[in-house]
Amino acid sequence: MVQRATRGKPAEEVRPPEGVDIPTWERRHVLDLDDFSRREMEQVIETADAMKEVLSREIRRVPTLRGTIVATLFYETSTRTRSSFELAAKALGADVVSVAAGASSVQKGESLVDSARTLQAIGADILVMRHRHSGAPYLVAGHVDISVINAGDGWHAHPTQALLDAYTIQQHLGDLRGKKVVIVGDILHSRVARSNIWGLTTMGVQVVLCGPPTLLPWGLRPDHRGNENRALPPVEVDTNLDRAIEGADVVMALRLQLERQQAGLLPSLREYMRLYQVDEERLARAKPSVLVMHPGPINEGIELSPAVAHGARSVIEEQVTNGVAVRMALLYLLAKGR
Amino acid sequence: MANKETMAIRGGRILDPGRGVDLVGDVLIREGRIAAVGPGVAAEAGRIIDAAGLIVCPGLIDIHCHLRDPGFEHKETIETGTRAAARGGFTTICCMPNTEPPIDSRAGVEYILRTAAAQGAVRVLPIGCITRGRQGKELAEMGELAEASAVGFSDDGSPVADAALMRHALEYASAFGLPVIEHCEEPSLSHEGVMHEGWVANRLGLRGIPAAAEEAAVARNIALAEFAGTHLHVAHVSTAGSVKLVRAAKKRGVQVTAEVTPHHLALTDEAVMLAAPVPSGVEGADGSIGLMYDTNAKVNPPLRPAADVQACIEGLADGTIDAIATDHAPHAIEDKLCEFDLAAFGISGLETALGLCLTLTEDVGAHGHAPPHPGHAPLQMIIERLTAGPVRALGLARFVPGLGSLAEGAPGDVLVFDPEAEWVVEPERFASKGKNTPLAGRTLRGRVVATIYGGKVVYQA
Repeated sequence: MVQRATRGKPAEEVRPPEGVDIPTWERRHVLDLDDFSRREMEQVIETADAMKEVLSREIRRVPTLRGTIVATLFYETSTRTRSSFELAAKALGADVVSVAAGASSVQKGESLVDSARTLQAIGADILVMRHRHSGAPYLVAGHVDISVINAGDGWHAHPTQALLDAYTIQQHLGDLRGKKVVIVGDILHSRVARSNIWGLTTMGVQVVLCGPPTLLPWGLRPDHRGNENRALPPVEVDTNLDRAIEGADVVMALRLQLERQQAGLLPSLREYMRLYQVDEERLARAKPSVLVMHPGPINEGIELSPAVAHGARSVIEEQVTNGVAVRMALLYLLAKGR
Repeated sequence: MANKETMAIRGGRILDPGRGVDLVGDVLIREGRIAAVGPGVAAEAGRIIDAAGLIVCPGLIDIHCHLRDPGFEHKETIETGTRAAARGGFTTICCMPNTEPPIDSRAGVEYILRTAAAQGAVRVLPIGCITRGRQGKELAEMGELAEASAVGFSDDGSPVADAALMRHALEYASAFGLPVIEHCEEPSLSHEGVMHEGWVANRLGLRGIPAAAEEAAVARNIALAEFAGTHLHVAHVSTAGSVKLVRAAKKRGVQVTAEVTPHHLALTDEAVMLAAPVPSGVEGADGSIGLMYDTNAKVNPPLRPAADVQACIEGLADGTIDAIATDHAPHAIEDKLCEFDLAAFGISGLETALGLCLTLTEDVGAHGHAPPHPGHAPLQMIIERLTAGPVRALGLARFVPGLGSLAEGAPGDVLVFDPEAEWVVEPERFASKGKNTPLAGRTLRGRVVATIYGGKVVYQA
């Protein structure tokens, strides 16, 4: 049992799930899943399960992190990730400070390092940050003493999304080992895809990437010079969705930024939908138990047909709910683990 | 007694690769010029430097550096930049015109020469703009720049995108016998890229600059130089494809020369993600914060994979690449202590150039940074590409007779270095204002003992 003994009257506690040994959590930052062990992934998932129980209570709030200050520093607009973190922090009784670029000295030429140090100086314990430039959380983590959670950086990583995806898959399909997950769409520009590749392969998943060649990263296609894929764990790549989706346990569609067409990467949305939209006909090639996932927000009718997005195999809304539980788990582990 | 106007450098191994000299002996400098080279030629002198066990060679020549003056004096000045040069063993440096205002007029060239004469530790030879204001729209007044003693033309970091304008620049410059020095990059391909497009960029989620962005421009500019029949100098070659293009062009007689930087000879794109030492107290459980985005390894052209590095070394060895040039690009701390995408391109290179180049002469595998390459580059070749090679590439001897050699009557510009001494790169000790180097903390072998410019010691360890 975990509770803060040092302050206030005894409160309702959040019960750590069976087998979760909190003191073994020694990670200070959550920047990506590239260095997560299977055990750590499992620990987050197990803790998230306990948090989900809290969220199902009538009063969805425990004082476990009372006195902890969680700062969110978002340099890129994001409704869902940010509110998910803030709800998670509040459900654990933490105080939340929110800084949005545009509403602060961020717009007045203050550097990223200075902004982060300011939040540390006002007492933040955990800094949740979203940034449009890849690597920004690494810069911050190198210059502050507090914990940093990467809530998405550029094209690089979105570890909390990948953790909630793994959690969601596990809830439905059990052990992830040997499962086939097809990630379809704009892999090149996707931090969700990159973090999922790390997280899912660590859990033993067979990952298949599918998208047009112009939206696949260098080195993942056989025709690239040197054919090196030293960037990421081994994955399969297929530019044909009908083939890739064969026998899939999970189909995860990525958001398509509509400006990719202007950049000359796609001829038209029409053709993209024709070749890469997950519709019912294509979904029929996957396993009957297939899960349809999407990190959101969805471009209605582009990445997924409406029938698939809202159909029986879709777990998209559940991903959102699980996101709060996973973020609670991470805040809890970072605050209490060390 | 000994003449105060004389200096003797005694007992060193004298390397003057441009003239095929490799002997143990003395160098005598009288009244700022080389007076004699050979065993026992300097029995007495006003000043004596004991060079026993050391290498004595012509002062190094850098045909590509950035002094930031005028306009960006917080990054570097002519004074600090030339002191950095002296500390690195260079006695002549050619500065690029991407200042503010750009060096596109007589006044600009004269400002550089006047300031260098007053404050400079070493010789500065200015390069003028190709186009007015480096805007890539109309030609700069090259005739006036030439009269003012510009040694070549370049828009440096702003490639001339318009092919017809580039053709005209090559043609027009030939009237003054000066080279057009081009940063070869096809902007539509490098568009917003921040590092080499390869697996490291994919790993880090960074926008890549494909090798083809350089190669397409090298190919275009060679075609234009071949057509115009005039001299193109390709700045900082960085890919295997570029080396091939230059090699083939030279073979069929195109008047093309090329340079490569020390960092493109010794570092790969993996330097961007190698974990740097983490300040105490911020490390995670595993002792690091994992991946690094080292903005000090952000440079344009970007650091490339091992195969490209290898091709550059081979190109250097077979003479395809004429010169090693630093592309010294000093920046202020705030230009690098920021998001990788927003960081300035460039490495402060004058003070590490010699040590980095000498890694090519040793078994570099043990140092981790450098890629594997077969065999050792001969010391003579490396020194040639830092002395006679650059002089030949840009035709600098017409400005300074004897430059880059220890011939009798040549300028008394001499470098004395210890090829075996190891030292640790400590940017805070740089004479340059730019502390931006990916080599901080790295041990290099080959230390400058004394830099002599015009018969005067301008740096001594």
